Amino acid sequence: MLMHTDRMGATAGSEAGRQGQPAVQLDGVTKRFGNSVALHEAWLKIQPGEFMTLLGPSGCGKTTLLNLVAGFLEADGGEIFIEGTLVTETPAHQREIGIVFQNYALFPHMSVANNIAYGLKTRGIDRKQIARRVDEALALVRLDGFGDRKPRQLSGGQQQRVALARALVIKPKVLLLDEPFSALDKNLRGSMQVELKQIQRELGVTTIFVTHDQGEALSMSDRIAVMSAGRIRQIAAPGDVYRRPADRFVASFVGNVNVLAGRLVERRGEVATVSVGDMRLEVPAAPLAKLAIGDDVDVFIRPEHLAVTSGRTPGSLCGTVTTQVFQGDHIDLYIDITGVARAPVLLRAPGIAALSSCPAGADVGLTVGSDDVVAFPPEAREP
Amino acid sequence: MKRSPANMALRWSGRILVAAILLFVLLPGIVVAITAFNDRAILAFPPQAWSLRWFWRAFSYSDFGRGFWNGLTVTLWASSIALVVGAAFAIAIHRYNFVLKSLLEGILLSPLIIPHYTIGLGVLILASQAGAGRGFPLVILTHVLLVLPFVMRSTFISLENLDGRLELAASSLGARPGRILLTVTIPLLLPGLLSGWLFAAILSFNEFTATLFVSSQATQTLPVAMYNYVREFADPTLAALSVIYIAVTALLLSLANAFLGLGKILNVDAH
Ligand SMILES: Nc1ncnc2c1ncn2[C@@H]1O[C@H](COP(=O)(O)OP(=O)(O)OP(=O)(O)O)[C@@H](O)[C@H]1O
Ligand SMILES: [Mg+2]
Repeated sequence: MLMHTDRMGATAGSEAGRQGQPAVQLDGVTKRFGNSVALHEAWLKIQPGEFMTLLGPSGCGKTTLLNLVAGFLEADGGEIFIEGTLVTETPAHQREIGIVFQNYALFPHMSVANNIAYGLKTRGIDRKQIARRVDEALALVRLDGFGDRKPRQLSGGQQQRVALARALVIKPKVLLLDEPFSALDKNLRGSMQVELKQIQRELGVTTIFVTHDQGEALSMSDRIAVMSAGRIRQIAAPGDVYRRPADRFVASFVGNVNVLAGRLVERRGEVATVSVGDMRLEVPAAPLAKLAIGDDVDVFIRPEHLAVTSGRTPGSLCGTVTTQVFQGDHIDLYIDITGVARAPVLLRAPGIAALSSCPAGADVGLTVGSDDVVAFPPEAREP
Repeated sequence: MKRSPANMALRWSGRILVAAILLFVLLPGIVVAITAFNDRAILAFPPQAWSLRWFWRAFSYSDFGRGFWNGLTVTLWASSIALVVGAAFAIAIHRYNFVLKSLLEGILLSPLIIPHYTIGLGVLILASQAGAGRGFPLVILTHVLLVLPFVMRSTFISLENLDGRLELAASSLGARPGRILLTVTIPLLLPGLLSGWLFAAILSFNEFTATLFVSSQATQTLPVAMYNYVREFADPTLAALSVIYIAVTALLLSLANAFLGLGKILNVDAH
């Protein structure tokens, strides 16, 4: 693990950082394939050393954005800067970017050591130094002694680590990872996530990470850019994406959420009040700016923010438990609230007390124990 | 399971059918092989007496020796030139121009449509227009035209199976396009290139029709020499030559199979 000390000096604290330039900057970058827009005017600034995740469903343009940064695709509009330098027209081999693909893309005809050395050889570095840096990189990803193997003689997780070492050994200005863990089984994925995050923090390398797994995004990122249909919907820290989603797409894509029918009651500056049944809730006013008082709204409440009350209390909702699912550390209750929610509402009750107190068929009261409720205008109806 | 008589009959008729088909396919080869050992100068079957003298004649007849070396020269040059030109063409089309893909398809199908004698005749007419003699370059050029589609085809199949992300990874690691070609693309295409070359070499060595048009007494290849021989003599020398040819080819293919895997070389492996 010698590598990170000189790396820290070489990349993370590089000139760009000192000049206060973002490590990566996209100014209205657009990419079209034929008539379809794969990426629509993406604006994004990534700070040096930051771990930025692109999160979104399949086909939303994540890989396209990554390929534009890597220089594998040419933008149809907008500009891309890396460490303050305009690179929109720079070919991929001059961008000094490390990339890890979902299928690893290791050179099958080269040994592990030669795979890692590839980027150093293209830079004309002398042999001794290459050998030293390859060894350091192997140590960094805990694969000491695997240098002579061929990629096909390694497990998926080991191949993934070789790919990571190969990308990092060139001290890239940015590390790009396109769904690097999606081919791994669940346990391995978990440990690789921890390992990647640790290495990334040690090296301080600016990272763009692509995933459609929201858990992965929430747990690893400094900030998340949530994307859908070629657009970036929200760029924020994981907590903010979860607690203060910018629109209904983000609210429903990140985490579980219940959608209840409500009405706009009042608006005071930043905060608005909405009613759901007899219940009144405060929500951010910004998304509701275009509505009039009394208009319908959709209220988004996380399952863990709902609580069961015993009996009916004023200002609470009431419903009937339809299903109970024992999850070990908590109980999932599905509660039918006629007139407010189309589908049964999911409530996450901590502990196992709810197992006996809320059997299926029981009438229960519901309260909201959190400020993290958001409301958006109802989905535009098709004409 | 019970073996009813009907079942047994079915099994046996199946076996007999397979044997019959095999016999049908192999019969000409077997007849020729037996004829090669016939002592008589006439092509009579079955032979009355046995001898190895036709083998001796096959080796000592000077036109065959010269035809063999001519053929080898033409084959090596033609299949190697076709390999370089065809592979470069296939890579260029694959990478840069999707419009040209239909042109490529046309080229790949052309051997099915354009007969060899058309190509031989065409080259002959062009050569006489240009005042070029009937030297080796003409024969080699003709063979390049004939085998090019096969080299391109096998290169193209390998390219389609090549993961483009390997080249992207290489470029992100700082490799220029030329370096990527030499260190990633070509090494990974090698089985396909080899198989294309082998196909081309076998085709070229056996080619007769087009070669008949463009070769001269000095440049005639083995098949042409054999044709000329059979017009003059009716003895089993050609049968002996066939036996030698089959034995040598079988030997070469088993060697290729042992060292490289025939499935790979012939591109019949499912990827
Ligand atoms: N080379 C291409 N030619 C045409 N369309 C393309 C091409 N690459 C991507 N697209 C289209 O652009 C859109 C965005 O694709 P992209 O690969 O960026 O999605 P993604 O978010 O990475 O999805 P996934 O999670 O499935 O990898 C998709 O609709 C896709 O069909
Ligand atoms: Mg993708």
